[in-house]
Amino acid sequence: MSAVLEFAAAVSTEHVAGQAAPQDTVASLTRITKRYANGVLALDDLSLSLRRGEIVALLGPNGAGKSTAVKLMMGLSTPTSGSVRIFGGDPREADTRLRTGVMLQVGRAPDMLRVREHINIFRGYYPSPMAYAEIVRAAGLEGVEGRLFGELSGGQKQRVLFALALAGDPDLIFLDEPTAGLDIEARRGMWAQIRSLAERGKTVLLTTHYLEEADTLAHRIVVINKGRVVCEGTPAEVKSLGAASSGNSPSRSLKIIRCSTSLPAGTLLAIPGVTGAEVTGALTAITTTQAEATLRELLALDQNLHSLEVQSPALEDAFLALTAE
Amino acid sequence: MSTASIAIPTAQPSAFLRNVTIFLTEARYEFVRLLRTRAFSLSVVGFPVAFYIFFGLVMNRGEMIHGVSVAKYMLGTYAVFGMVGAALFGIGVALSGELSAGWLELKRASPMPPLAYLLAKCSSAMAFGVIIVCLLTLLGITAGHVSLTAMQFAHLIGLTMAGVFPFACMGMALALLVPFNSAPGFANMLYLPMSFCGGLWVPIMMLPHVMQKLALVLPTYHLSQLTLGALGYASAGTTASHWSGLLGFTLVMLGIASLAFRKFEQNS
Repeated sequence: MSAVLEFAAAVSTEHVAGQAAPQDTVASLTRITKRYANGVLALDDLSLSLRRGEIVALLGPNGAGKSTAVKLMMGLSTPTSGSVRIFGGDPREADTRLRTGVMLQVGRAPDMLRVREHINIFRGYYPSPMAYAEIVRAAGLEGVEGRLFGELSGGQKQRVLFALALAGDPDLIFLDEPTAGLDIEARRGMWAQIRSLAERGKTVLLTTHYLEEADTLAHRIVVINKGRVVCEGTPAEVKSLGAASSGNSPSRSLKIIRCSTSLPAGTLLAIPGVTGAEVTGALTAITTTQAEATLRELLALDQNLHSLEVQSPALEDAFLALTAE
Repeated sequence: MSTASIAIPTAQPSAFLRNVTIFLTEARYEFVRLLRTRAFSLSVVGFPVAFYIFFGLVMNRGEMIHGVSVAKYMLGTYAVFGMVGAALFGIGVALSGELSAGWLELKRASPMPPLAYLLAKCSSAMAFGVIIVCLLTLLGITAGHVSLTAMQFAHLIGLTMAGVFPFACMGMALALLVPFNSAPGFANMLYLPMSFCGGLWVPIMMLPHVMQKLALVLPTYHLSQLTLGALGYASAGTTASHWSGLLGFTLVMLGIASLAFRKFEQNS
């Protein structure tokens, strides 16, 4: 009897871990293909889902399809094929939009309106907006509320746009490069705000060029390139590529070996486990999936090898490796 | 079932009221924004006022056209000139800027009803049109011995407000078709020839015969014939022909704008 119960419990937890229960999925892109009128294929059979209370970072080089994916979720664009569901509904419906907030890269906002006016215009769009004082505090806009938007510094403008995303106290927030142009202190302040949103059960999807940001902030990182998901997982999983890209195969951990060696790149690439070799100045950086085997071979081949260093890849290295040609 | 049928009628008025409130807020701040943008507010109000003072009050002092004083005739045409400027620059060029900067995208992603946004832009242009007409009328009465009844004035204001729509549609088409950097230039290239050929600067019957024929396709011609009619000047065509001219122009512009918007959406 108890064994049966245990079995059932095990199955159900496995189910939860494997895929989120449907009510926990707040947004999903399912098998999306998006081809623009000019023939450019922006998304190629891409699927993505966001769960309640998580911060997901969308990473990818320019032109990877990040902003197309975000635009589809905001209902600004329609897919060529596939389906977009936000809170179980169509993103273009007014009721869906009442539950989402967006921060976009905006070149110019109306300069001749004051910060206070901008916030109140956006609060007016929602039946139960976030309290004005709360928005100002969360976005760190105390003291500049009376200024015209055009008089603000780049970082302050960015914080006003963040405030507009929060105006409706939304359950799902899209942030397109939220900390671009912010100094490190302001950036940390915004990170704290984004974290506290997730703690309150809000879902955040952010795109960023700052890998450090994705690393410290995101629960889950989705790397996309050429319209496809290259890999998906926690920051730790993305860093050790194999674990994330092929779920059930034993985890291959990627390491970077830096050393000064006279061996040519061709020889290095022939060593077991080596996936890449790059010479920068006096040092050679070798990426390998079998650090120990590679090192044994390397030391045997080059007696004069020196300045040896073995590192775990930073997210940046993983990102570059994943999105390389 | 019964709860749903009760919920719908109660939900609708509140949603409608909220949309009206959103529209009023948008309209108020759009007007404030334009007023604070000195480059816009000073030139849009300043040009028709300066032109009217110069051509209507100073240069043609005491002259008559077909039994109507030049000062009163020009009040009718410069009212149109002023409103068209407010509509083309306040709606067309402003929309083009917001489109190119990505601001419109942020607005579209928000729950703001798109109609509230467009109508707010139209009502700001109307407000500027009304300000211009009031200033011109005041100048005409005080400095040009223009006499007009309260009904004539109300008629002129009414036409100025209704006349915003054809030019708002033209502005929308312009914003969707022309890149932001060249939008003000294009707006002027439409505004100035359309004003001259429509008989806003020089009375239409003083223009060559060919141009009088050409004017039949211009909304500035039809609207100015209506404002002149309101001031007691015998119009060249029937009132109905001028209204249908304006309606036709509006529909053509709306068609162009919606085609351009569809193309814009496909590429976004």
